[in-house]
Amino acid sequence: MNTRTTPSTDLAATRRRLWEALGARDEAAATAAVLDAHDEGAPAEDLLLDVIGPVQARLGGEWAAGRIGVAQEHAATAIQDRVVAALAHRTPAPAAEPGDRRTPGGPPRRVTVACVDGEWHALPARLLAEVLRGRGFVVDYLGAHVPTPHLIAHLHQTGTDVVALSSSLPVRLPTAHAAISAVQAVGLPVLVGGAAFGPDGRYARLLGADGWAPDARAAADLLAEGPRHSGEPRTDPAGGLSHLSDQEYTLVTRARPQLVRHVLQGLEDTVPAMASYDDRQRERTAEDVAHIVDFLAASLYADDPELFTGFVTWTAGVLRARGVAGDALVAALDLLAQAQRDFPRARAHLAAGRDALVRVPRPSAPGPRS
Amino acid sequence: MTVSEDESGRSRAPRGATGTSWLRSPHPAVVADREGGVVEFNDAAADLFPRMGVGSWLDGVVPGWLADAHRRLAVPQGTPHAAAATRPGGPPLRGNHDGRLLRAHPTESGHGDVAWWLVDDSDLTAAEDALRTEQERTALLAEASTQLLSSLNPDRCLEKAALLAAAHLGDAALVISPPVRNRYPVVTAVGERFDRSQVAMDPTSVPGLAEALQGFPPVPARWIDPAELPAWAVPEDFGEAPGSVAITPLPGHGVPAGALLLLRRGGQSAFDASEELFARLFAARAGAALSAARLYAEQARVTRALIAELLPPQLHHVRGVDFAGGYRTSQDTERIGGDFYDVHPGTDAGQETLAVLGDVCGKGLEAAVLTGRIRSTVQALLPLADDHQNVLRLLNGALLNSRHTRFATLVLASVGRADGRVRLRLTSAGHPRPLILRSTGHVEEADTGGTLVGALPEVPCRSATVHLAPGDTCLLYTDGITEARGGPLGSAMFGEGRLRASLADCAGLPAEAVVERVQMIAGDWVGRGPHDDMAVVAITAPHTTRPSAGSDRAPDRNTA
Repeated sequence: MNTRTTPSTDLAATRRRLWEALGARDEAAATAAVLDAHDEGAPAEDLLLDVIGPVQARLGGEWAAGRIGVAQEHAATAIQDRVVAALAHRTPAPAAEPGDRRTPGGPPRRVTVACVDGEWHALPARLLAEVLRGRGFVVDYLGAHVPTPHLIAHLHQTGTDVVALSSSLPVRLPTAHAAISAVQAVGLPVLVGGAAFGPDGRYARLLGADGWAPDARAAADLLAEGPRHSGEPRTDPAGGLSHLSDQEYTLVTRARPQLVRHVLQGLEDTVPAMASYDDRQRERTAEDVAHIVDFLAASLYADDPELFTGFVTWTAGVLRARGVAGDALVAALDLLAQAQRDFPRARAHLAAGRDALVRVPRPSAPGPRS
Repeated sequence: MTVSEDESGRSRAPRGATGTSWLRSPHPAVVADREGGVVEFNDAAADLFPRMGVGSWLDGVVPGWLADAHRRLAVPQGTPHAAAATRPGGPPLRGNHDGRLLRAHPTESGHGDVAWWLVDDSDLTAAEDALRTEQERTALLAEASTQLLSSLNPDRCLEKAALLAAAHLGDAALVISPPVRNRYPVVTAVGERFDRSQVAMDPTSVPGLAEALQGFPPVPARWIDPAELPAWAVPEDFGEAPGSVAITPLPGHGVPAGALLLLRRGGQSAFDASEELFARLFAARAGAALSAARLYAEQARVTRALIAELLPPQLHHVRGVDFAGGYRTSQDTERIGGDFYDVHPGTDAGQETLAVLGDVCGKGLEAAVLTGRIRSTVQALLPLADDHQNVLRLLNGALLNSRHTRFATLVLASVGRADGRVRLRLTSAGHPRPLILRSTGHVEEADTGGTLVGALPEVPCRSATVHLAPGDTCLLYTDGITEARGGPLGSAMFGEGRLRASLADCAGLPAEAVVERVQMIAGDWVGRGPHDDMAVVAITAPHTTRPSAGSDRAPDRNTA
C-alpha cells in the first residue's frame, strides 16, 4: 500500500495534461504527462487509478454525451493503453520463484486477470493487472475477450491461485456466469468487477462469484486478504437463478432475430420518419433494437427489471444527446411487449422500462403515435 | 438381531399363571414392584442377570441405570421432566450390561408394578455405527474425488491430496512425488496449512517408501515404526514425535504417482484395519488424479512446444511503419487455425518489410499444420521478396509437391518508406483485395489479383503499388471477416460493404485500434454464432504531425 500520497492538485493537473494530449492524439505528450508525474514522485498506482482510469471514464462520458466520435474514443483508448505500457515498463516485476508461489497458508500470490468472452473494453482489467503487479502479485494478464476454454486451459497449466474477471456490459452476464462456474469447477475462487455486475455488485452475488470489488484498489485489498472461497468446487451452479426455469431468458434469446424483425416492421408503421431511412440507417435501427432485446434477455437472466430500466434510460440519454427523440424507443418497447404475451416477467421488465422512459423529462415533441 | 436365546433348563418358577407366554419370550423381561423388589422375570432375564430371584432388590441384580430408571418411574419425585425420559412411549432408555448394550422399555401395570422389556442392541448399534462411519467415508471419498479431479494442475492436485489426507486420515500428511533430478518434491500438510519442499534423500531410509514410489507391483499400505522416521519426514510444526505412522503408495496410471505418508500424534489411536482400507481407497483416488494431472501437464507442454511456431506472432512497429494483427479461431477451444499472418522485417534499414496474410482451405489443426509450412516457405523465400510473382511461383511449386491436397490464398505486402510516405507493393493470390483507408475516411481497394496457390501449375498475378500518407492504413483480412454470418436479423453476411463502412469510421486510428475495432465489429456481428477463422493485419503510416510540438517527425516508438 502507498505510504506516500500525491497531492490531489498534482493529479488533477496530470489529468488535464493527459486529456489534452489525448484530444490531440499525441501519444508522446500523453506518455510524457504521466511519466513526468511519476518522475516527480507520484506513485504508479495513483497514476493508473486516479489519472488514467478517470480520464478513460471521462472519454466514455464524452462519447455518451455525443461530444466525441467513436473513432476519437478508440484512438484515445489505444494511446491510453500505450501509456499504461510505458508506465509498466518502469515498474520492475517482482521476483517470483515458480515453486514459491504462495506462502503456506498465506494469501494468494498468483492472479489471472481476464475479460469475459465478448468483452472488448480491456483497460479496466489492464489497470487492475498493473496495480496488482505493483503490489507484488504475480499476474497473468490475458486481455480482452478471453474465450472460457482458453481461460480454463490457462488455469490448469499455470497453477493460478485466484481469478479476477472483468466485464463492463450487463448483456455479458450469462457469459460471465458460465466463466465463473467454469473457474469454480476447477476449484479456484473468482473475483469479479466492472459495470456489468451492477453498481453494488448485486449480480456478482447472484452469479455466485466469490468476491466483488467496486474498483481496482478494493480488488487488490480483497485479494491481499485472500479468497473467501473454500476452494471446493460448487455443485450447484444454478444457485439463486431458479427463475430461469420459466425459460423466458432462453426463449427470448432464441427468438432474437424474429423479435428484431417484428419490432422493425412495427416501427416502420408507427414512426413515419423511418420510411425515408436508407439501408444503413435501417441497419443501425435494427442493431439498436437487437441491443434492446439483448438487455431484456440479460435483465431476465438476472431477474432484475432495474437492469433493463437502467439501460433504456441511458439509451434515451444517448439518443437525446444526438438529437433523436425518445418516441421510437417507447414504441419499440411497446412492440416488444406485444410479442411477449406469454412471458409475464418479460412484460413486467418492459413495462418498468417504459415507465422509466416516460418519467425521464424529454423534449416536448409528442411523437405522432397512435 | 441377536438376543439371549439359549434355552437353559434353569427353572425360575414365576408367581401367577396368567399370560405366561411372555415367559418364553426371547427378550429378557422383569417385573418389579413400586419399591424395586423383583416380582417376576423370565428365562432370558435369568440368563442375563444370574443373581436375580423373586424378591431380590433390583439394585442388587441389575445395572444401576436400570434400577435408577425404575425408581424414577415407580416413584416420580422430581419434576415431571425427569420422569418423562422413562415414560412409556418416550425415547428408549439405553445402558450397558456385561459388555452388551441394552434397550429398556417399561410398561406400567397400573398398580405400581412395572414390567421392563429388555432388547439387546449391541449388534444393531455396532452395525449402525459401522454404517455411519461407512457413509461418512463414502461421502468423504466422493468429496475427495471431486476436489482432486477438479484441477488438472499437478501442483494444486498435490496440495489438495495432502490437505485432504491431513484433514481426514491423520494429523499430518506428506505426499512424496517421484524424484526430479535426485530430489523428491514433498508437499507436507498439517491441519489446514501446507508447505512444499525438495528433499534430497535415500528412499530406503523410510521403510516401504522405495517400494511405494516404484508404484508397481502394488504394495499394501504398511505400518512403520515412528522411531525409524527420518527428520525430514516430521513437519516442523508437528509439535511432538509422531505416535503412529503409515505409508501407502499412490498408484498411478502405470507410472508411479508417489507415496502418501500419514502421521498421527502419540495420544491418537493408531490406524485400525478399516482405516487402513480407507487410506488405500483415498490413495487410489489421489494417485489417479495426480496421474491425470501430470499426463495433462505433459500433453499441454508438448502441445505448447508444437504449436508455438503456428501461433500468430505479436506484431509491432517496424522502421517507421506500424503493424498490428488480430486473430480469432473458428473454435474457441483452439488456438490455431487455417488463417495466418507474418511480418518479416528486412535485414537492413533500406530493405522492405514483407507482410503476408493468408488462408488455408479448411480449418482446425490440419489446416494449421499447412499454415506452418507456408509460413516457413515464405520465410525461406524472403531474399526473393523483391519479386512477388517469383515468390508465389516457388511457393506454388512447393505446395504442389507436398503430400497435402489443400490449397491456400494469400496476400503479400512489401512495405518500404520513401519521401516521408509508406510505399506498399501488394499482390493477392486468390485472396480478398487489401483495403486502403485514407485519413479522410475514404476507403479504396488495391488493384491486385491472382490465382490461389497449391492447386494449379501456373499462378499468374498482378501486383499493385500503393502509397500511404501519414494516418493512412492498409488492411489485409481473410474472408472469415466478410463471410461472417449474423447481425441483428441473425443470418446476414457481414460482407465487404459493411467492412468498408466500419473501416471508414477508423480514419486516423493507430494500427492496433483499427484491428481491434474491425475484430470487435465482426465479433459482435457473429455474436455467439458459428464462424470461420478470422485474421486481420493493419499496416499504418503513423501520424508525423504533432500539433503540440509543430514538428513533422514522430519520435521513434520502438521503445514503447
